[in-house]
Amino acid sequence: MSHIDPQNLDAEALYASLLEQVKAGLSGAHEPAIVGIHSGGAWIAERLAKDLGLESRCGVLDVSFYRDDYANKGLPMDVKPTDIKFEVGGATILLVDDVLYTGRTTRAAMNELFDYGRPARIMLAALVDRGERQLPVAADFVAAHTRCAPGTALRLKQEDEGRRFTLTIE
Amino acid sequence: MLNPQLNKHGELQHLLSTEGLPKAIINQILDTASSFVSVSDREVKKVPLMRGKSVFNLFFENSTRTRTTFEIASKRLSADVINLNIQASSTTKGESLLDTIDNLAAMHADMFVVRHSQSGAPYLIAKHLHDTKQNHVHVVNAGDGRHAHPTQGLLDMYTIRHYKKDFSNLTVAIVGDILHSRVARSDIHALTTLGVPEIRAIGPHTLLPGGLEQLGVRTFTNMDEGLKGVDVIIMLRLQNERMNGALLPSSGEYFKAYGLTPERLALAKPDAIVMHPGPMNRGVEIDSAVADGPQAVILSQVTFGIAVRMAVMSILAGTQG
Amino acid sequence: MKLHIKNGRLIDPANKIDAQQDLFIVDGKVAGVGAAPAGFSADRIIDASGQVVAPGLVDLSARLREPGFEYKATLKSEMQAAVQGGVTSLVCPPDTDPILDEPGLVEMLKHRASKLNQAHVHPLGALTMSLKGEALTEMAELTEAGCIGFSQAEVPVTDTTVLQRALQYAKTFGYTVWLRPQDAYIGRGGVAHSGPLASRLGLSGVPVMAETIALHTIFELMRATGARVHLCRLSSAAGIELVRAAKAEGLPLTCDVGVHHVHLTDADINFFDSNARVDPPFRSQRDRDAIRAGLLDGAIDAMCSDHTPVDDDEKLLPFGEASPGATGLELLLSLAIKWADDYAAQHAEAAPLQRALARVTSDAARVAGLDAGKLSVGCVADVVIFDPAARWTLEPSALASQGKHSPFMGYELAGQVQATIVAGHVAYERNAR
Repeated sequence: MSHIDPQNLDAEALYASLLEQVKAGLSGAHEPAIVGIHSGGAWIAERLAKDLGLESRCGVLDVSFYRDDYANKGLPMDVKPTDIKFEVGGATILLVDDVLYTGRTTRAAMNELFDYGRPARIMLAALVDRGERQLPVAADFVAAHTRCAPGTALRLKQEDEGRRFTLTIE
Repeated sequence: MLNPQLNKHGELQHLLSTEGLPKAIINQILDTASSFVSVSDREVKKVPLMRGKSVFNLFFENSTRTRTTFEIASKRLSADVINLNIQASSTTKGESLLDTIDNLAAMHADMFVVRHSQSGAPYLIAKHLHDTKQNHVHVVNAGDGRHAHPTQGLLDMYTIRHYKKDFSNLTVAIVGDILHSRVARSDIHALTTLGVPEIRAIGPHTLLPGGLEQLGVRTFTNMDEGLKGVDVIIMLRLQNERMNGALLPSSGEYFKAYGLTPERLALAKPDAIVMHPGPMNRGVEIDSAVADGPQAVILSQVTFGIAVRMAVMSILAGTQG
Repeated sequence: MKLHIKNGRLIDPANKIDAQQDLFIVDGKVAGVGAAPAGFSADRIIDASGQVVAPGLVDLSARLREPGFEYKATLKSEMQAAVQGGVTSLVCPPDTDPILDEPGLVEMLKHRASKLNQAHVHPLGALTMSLKGEALTEMAELTEAGCIGFSQAEVPVTDTTVLQRALQYAKTFGYTVWLRPQDAYIGRGGVAHSGPLASRLGLSGVPVMAETIALHTIFELMRATGARVHLCRLSSAAGIELVRAAKAEGLPLTCDVGVHHVHLTDADINFFDSNARVDPPFRSQRDRDAIRAGLLDGAIDAMCSDHTPVDDDEKLLPFGEASPGATGLELLLSLAIKWADDYAAQHAEAAPLQRALARVTSDAARVAGLDAGKLSVGCVADVVIFDPAARWTLEPSALASQGKHSPFMGYELAGQVQATIVAGHVAYERNAR
């Protein structure tokens, strides 16, 4: 997939593309479930769960307790609760994040999931992959690849009570 | 003098008292604690935050309960826990408090959880750590004399927030030996910071300290009066020593005037909650029917206590000093 | 030795002098004030330009810690501290180890002190044997050995009958009894002023009542016995009010305050700073204001240092476990000047420095019945020369005393002793070679 200019990312269009990929990828999966990483991943996961009829098997994850930069930065001020109500053991879990970057958030999320149980399979879905991986992590489903200038962040925002996504550069 | 609990960036360096604890930090602790509650519900009850860190439980005053909850909290954070029970006695000429601290810090202690019979003891330790430039070592006050028991105060706030949601329209009554209670003092400061409009202290004159009005507390010696329309009742434990010091004649008479019975509970709001820091003296400060009844949230306090202590310790351990 | 102190500002409160006047000393006595005595030729001239020349300070309470407490401080170090603080006469309480209740102990203390050739030491004898409040001491013998009065130090007499008899016995010989007004039971074990601050900090309180109840008892006993009493270390507004009334009634009493209490309140405990752990405790602002007012109108006769050296092992402890006391000999002058400065800052009245010095010289001497604290011709030449404007920072290294603990540690203070002369001999000089 070729790189899109980060200024031209249409979050709604990307979501539609991601939904199609995920629908295909999860068909026939054993005990599928969706877990979104706070905050952007969680919003996307909730919409995916609704669109795929998996609302009863949707959870949200806060990776604050598993991050690898705790020694340098301490706990963030806004830790949110992790909420996973379904049985993780034996499930096919689609881990969802808004922007895939260094891969460290994904590693933390996986470590946390394993403290809930032993999943049969974990797949990763990301709306945008901005490259510059620092760990050997790859997404199974990606709607767009891009490159951002150093020091900038790509953020997902939701408006209209979650009905509309936008991506902004900060 | 600067608040010894905060570092120069205004972050929590030690937890010594709920007094002077900024509202933002109290809320951070409570919010973080709610994430830890769910950790305790799942299969693997641990998070790796304090892996490789050593927590020393320094208990100069005996307490199996509090020490155990701190130990559980530390272990759920993956920390190594070392328990030291030092029975402080004026007659035993042992190592001085500060020498003990220096020795343990030399063993690479990262955190001291300290309980001491003297008010102010953790401040002495915090000041010493600051003066010896050991800012990576943090102190948690697990109860100092009559002065403070901040983790209890915070878990009490967590409990109230869990059941009542909004602090700004509550009436909270604290009943019992407030004179000697570090829990009462910590609760009063935290409740005030969180904006509780009415705090009441109920007890006989012999157990009410002077200066409560200056802390914004209304005092009542008549329990029936004091409980009218109350949303939260915090019962304090009555210790046997009080009968020896000519403060009270007997626990029987105390129960008659200040015991929380179902009849007295009915004077409070119908959805009032009953709290107790434990351990309870059934039939002295609280009737079994109330302690085991639907309005008592005492066991929840214990569960929340572990999460709150995990929150406190993980926030402290993450502060760069 | 013939000493000429020239160009100094002479302040002698007893003789109401505050003027540029020279001082002449011959053979240990004041020989002339202003004009040289006939035929005077100086062996040594001290130029006191820009300094104040005043009577050496008379300290009504300084613990020298000998005999018995040499690990806290020694006679040598504390006597050195005294002259460095400009103190030329001091009264020491009897709570040594052993207690000063035997004439032999008093003689030995006086002898050892006089050999050091520094301040004049005037011990108080114990009022009861071992301060136990049971048996009387041999007050006449102790007076002969050098005691200037009798005291229970910090130990209240629990049996009122014993106190009554002790006062009657003292009255027989005309001795003054020095008493700390402190009830034996109320506030027992307390470490801070009973009030909102102690409640907040969870510290055991000493209520004002502990002082006022004791004062009422003492006054009743004074009425019954006619004994003369000096009240030590008043701490409360209510207590001072009772003293004022008792003086108006004509009871033969005097009283003092510790100089730290002129400045500090319970708020200075801050976060459990054990340097603020003292007996009696620092009380509220209103009590401090009453102390200052009492010093002005004479309800309170004198200020003393209440010098109590405490070593590190006993101070670096949780507040309630720390030993009470603060170092004071080397702060008495500066803290008296601080009162004068604060007072001058608040009132437009004249002569605050003279009044402040009176409270630590002539008035203190009057209380103790000593012929000291003044610079009249013929008096023993005890003199302090100090720079009232010089500022210095209180640090452990600045102190000769082994007592290194003070709530003023780290503070900048005004007033520095340049020289101290005892009985005409220069006992201390700041810039001595």
